[in-house]
Amino acid sequence: MAYNIVVLVKQVPDTKRLTADAMRDDGTVNRTALPAIFNPEDLYALETALRVRERCGGRVTVVTMGPPQACEALRESLERGADDVVLITDRRAAASDTLATSYILSCAVRKLGAGRAVDLVICGRQAIDGDTAQVPPQTAEKLGWPQVTYVEAVEEIGDGRIVARRNTGRGTERVSCPLPCLLTVTDGGPQPRPPSAKRIMAVKKARSRAELERDARDDAEVRARAESLGKRGLLITQWDLDDIEADLAWCGRDGSPTKVKRIQSVVLTGSGFKKVEPAEEAVAAMVHELIEDHTIG
Amino acid sequence: MIEANRQGDVWVVAEQNDGELEDVGLELLSKGRELAETLGVRLTAVLLGADAAGHAERLIHHGADRVLVAEHPLLAHYQSNSYAKVLCRLIEEHKPQIVIYGATPLGRDLAPRIASAIRAGLTADCTDLDIGDHVEPTTRQKYDRLLYQVRPAFGGNIIATIVNPERWPQMATVREGVMRMPDADPARRGEVVRFTPDLAPEDLPLKILEHTRAERKVNLKAARIIVAGGAGVGSKENFRLIWDLANALGAAAGASRAAVDSGWIDKDHQVGQTGTTVRPALYIAIGISGAVQHRAGMSEAQKIVAINADPDAPIFQVAHYGIVGDLNRAVPMMIDAIKRRV
Repeated sequence: MAYNIVVLVKQVPDTKRLTADAMRDDGTVNRTALPAIFNPEDLYALETALRVRERCGGRVTVVTMGPPQACEALRESLERGADDVVLITDRRAAASDTLATSYILSCAVRKLGAGRAVDLVICGRQAIDGDTAQVPPQTAEKLGWPQVTYVEAVEEIGDGRIVARRNTGRGTERVSCPLPCLLTVTDGGPQPRPPSAKRIMAVKKARSRAELERDARDDAEVRARAESLGKRGLLITQWDLDDIEADLAWCGRDGSPTKVKRIQSVVLTGSGFKKVEPAEEAVAAMVHELIEDHTIG
Repeated sequence: MIEANRQGDVWVVAEQNDGELEDVGLELLSKGRELAETLGVRLTAVLLGADAAGHAERLIHHGADRVLVAEHPLLAHYQSNSYAKVLCRLIEEHKPQIVIYGATPLGRDLAPRIASAIRAGLTADCTDLDIGDHVEPTTRQKYDRLLYQVRPAFGGNIIATIVNPERWPQMATVREGVMRMPDADPARRGEVVRFTPDLAPEDLPLKILEHTRAERKVNLKAARIIVAGGAGVGSKENFRLIWDLANALGAAAGASRAAVDSGWIDKDHQVGQTGTTVRPALYIAIGISGAVQHRAGMSEAQKIVAINADPDAPIFQVAHYGIVGDLNRAVPMMIDAIKRRV
């Protein structure tokens, strides 16, 4: 039995490389000063999907929501073996919180399932910019599907069910879940495969219409390039909120119950710092102080 | 959607696993108590399980005015759908103004499912909560006494304060270990409401085939003193120094992500954003540069001693005592000084 699998991915700023240059004076982050990367755990989600496809057949479609630049993650998905990719981009989706984002993604999954039903949605556990882990369970709820979070391995799939091993943080569970369902995957699973050199060459020129509009001189050039890419199967599918029939009341700023009131950069709070020489007497004096103030003992 | 109910209680969702109450629920009661008193409303703890009422008194002793206990054989083992269903019904019926959950793996699986179903806002992984006013910049509308939901973002490099002005209840998950656990007051009295929710086997789509509970080898959260090693320790053999100092102090051994990733010590010992958040009386950071992800998990320690060869290591900016030098010399000096006083 072949499966129709959708993988939801996010392009994120590489927060590990955050330097002082990336912080503005007002304490907000200048995202453009950071390299954008494929969210690490989403690579594990894609790997999990590719393995199910290899075992059972089917198609893997990778979906991302973001600005035109997010197509980089989609091209990388194609390089690693995805069959199809879809960019959801719309200015009206800007400032969506996790609830609005999950609504938009659930509309996209519904559209993808209009022809042949989607069996499985796979996501990374969480994205490294927000670390919320909220979008996948919210998407599952919007679809009315069960969820299996923190999956380390898909052990079996068949007869309308999936058997997965999950790490609950308090131990492990092997669960059997009916399809369709949504999985979130951690980096405890099989290592993501690298992009294939052959596929890198094949998809190098793939572009979305939004990228063409960003880079072309005029509309005529966009049309010509889109047509040419389309003929070669290299025009990345791009949907806006109308294409996925999203109710605008549930998208973007209006659709987001949470509002950011204030952002502060982290201020280090060491107080009363004492430098201790790396010598026996000084170290003994420090230990003595810690005993005196009942920190030790 | 649920309308804002300004007389609504503050709720803490307490978590129990295999009949054991998780500490995080008790930690949340201390913050919940503060919020409820500021707002002049009751603090309610909510507990789900097959046979959970035995924990109700303990929740009252730790600050709850009332405990709602939902008991049903089908709640014996956690599943997202069944637990979310029971909690959604309770929230719709009682209209609390605030609902807080532990940011445990279970809480982070459950809370977003509920938020989506009732279309309420939810802020993940808060490190602090407070009550304050808010003016929405786009509409100039003023809101009194909202829940400020404070959380780190961007790998801990920024702290964001989030509010949820209209689509209530205001919900947040709160990290384990960041709120102080209140002392139990056995004299406290409260109300216990036991009931059996309406649940059918269809509400439990998953079959749990196997379930193993991993014993935590180390309880960093409970440790009064933590001696932690990082990349600067250099090797697994040399990590012996960390254990030796920990033994001399009767402390727990901790580690930075770099040390765990190098395989020098088990992941259970990891302190920081992806590990455990700790607030011991004393934290000794050895060969740890102090990346923001690590500091996010330990900067609340009452006293911090840092030993590092690099004088510019960021760990010194949060430390109370700093030794710039070779840890292979400094750590034995500390062990020696500790042993000599006995």
